[in-house]
Amino acid sequence: MSRELFEYLLRLGDDRLVLGHRLSEWCGHAPILEEDIALANVALDCIGQATQLLALAGEIEGAGRDADALAFFRGPTEFRSCLLVEQPNGDFAQTIARQVLYDAAGANVLEQLARSSEPRLASIAAHAAIEVRYHLRHAREWWQRLGLGTEESHRRLQRALDELWPFTHELVTPDALDRTLAAAGIGADLDQTRAHFERELDELIRSAKLRQPTTPAFPAVGGRHGKHGEHLDHLLSEMQSVARAHPGAQW
Amino acid sequence: MGARGRRGVHRKASAVKRKATPAATPDTQWPLWEVFVQEKSGAPHEHAGSVHAPDAELALQNARDAYARRGPVTSLWVVEARHISATTPEDSPFLLGPGPEKLYRHPRFYKGAKE
Repeated sequence: MSRELFEYLLRLGDDRLVLGHRLSEWCGHAPILEEDIALANVALDCIGQATQLLALAGEIEGAGRDADALAFFRGPTEFRSCLLVEQPNGDFAQTIARQVLYDAAGANVLEQLARSSEPRLASIAAHAAIEVRYHLRHAREWWQRLGLGTEESHRRLQRALDELWPFTHELVTPDALDRTLAAAGIGADLDQTRAHFERELDELIRSAKLRQPTTPAFPAVGGRHGKHGEHLDHLLSEMQSVARAHPGAQW
Repeated sequence: MGARGRRGVHRKASAVKRKATPAATPDTQWPLWEVFVQEKSGAPHEHAGSVHAPDAELALQNARDAYARRGPVTSLWVVEARHISATTPEDSPFLLGPGPEKLYRHPRFYKGAKE
């Protein structure tokens, strides 16, 4: 089971590392100072969660890799993050839509994981679930305001939702690994997450007067098995450059 | 945003002169909100600073991010700065000063006996 648990922890940790890095790209560029601080706080929470999850992954693997080794010295094909989180920030609506979609599923996953039979994972998840409740609240408030705001903000949020929708399939569709871990009482039951996600999104789409996106014929999947788009290559080359230029540096 | 920000607080004298102009916030189109933080249950809410926000809910969120992430906080208040009436510097001498010969009017005068 430890091989499976290691893979599973990489999925959880890599999602948050990549999403946290994307959000940190707003630092100094957000529409106003207050929002800059808010997005940076969410980014820091994500990176903090990733650090704990990857540290646990390294411990389970038992090959001497710590969180830094896993974050900075793996290539894109070794990353197990979903495709949604590597999508570029785009405009503010795109960033908010990505956050709402990820957290609407992620909050449910963390709530389930807080009851995991693996106590170290349960403890990380219980703490992260509280942080994510706030992330979701922050993103939902913007979602509402953009959806019900001006004609332009509504159009931009609808476009973001339409573009990102195909990436949500991967968040809520279990594969063999998810099923094995859920059956063992360690991982989250993604069928339950899907039901929660669909209810939540119906409500979010209705309340912001948006149009339900059409389900794509070919959902975008692959991240969980290391098949990423080029966006992740660029993100990692920037994120990993300092650690790779100065291996083992202390500061 | 700014600690001890006072730009949006409506001062009696100037507001009378500029009656027709709504609270002017030259650096952003969003109004200024004053933030009050309570550090433990039962303690007073104390002024911590200010934030810009389009409405009360986002003002609370911005206040949380700017003033409630570093230490224990039990409660936050925000109030739009234009709803606060403030004295002007010209008011101060006769509104706030007790007068040198009537120090006994100051409640602290009686407390001082203990020291």
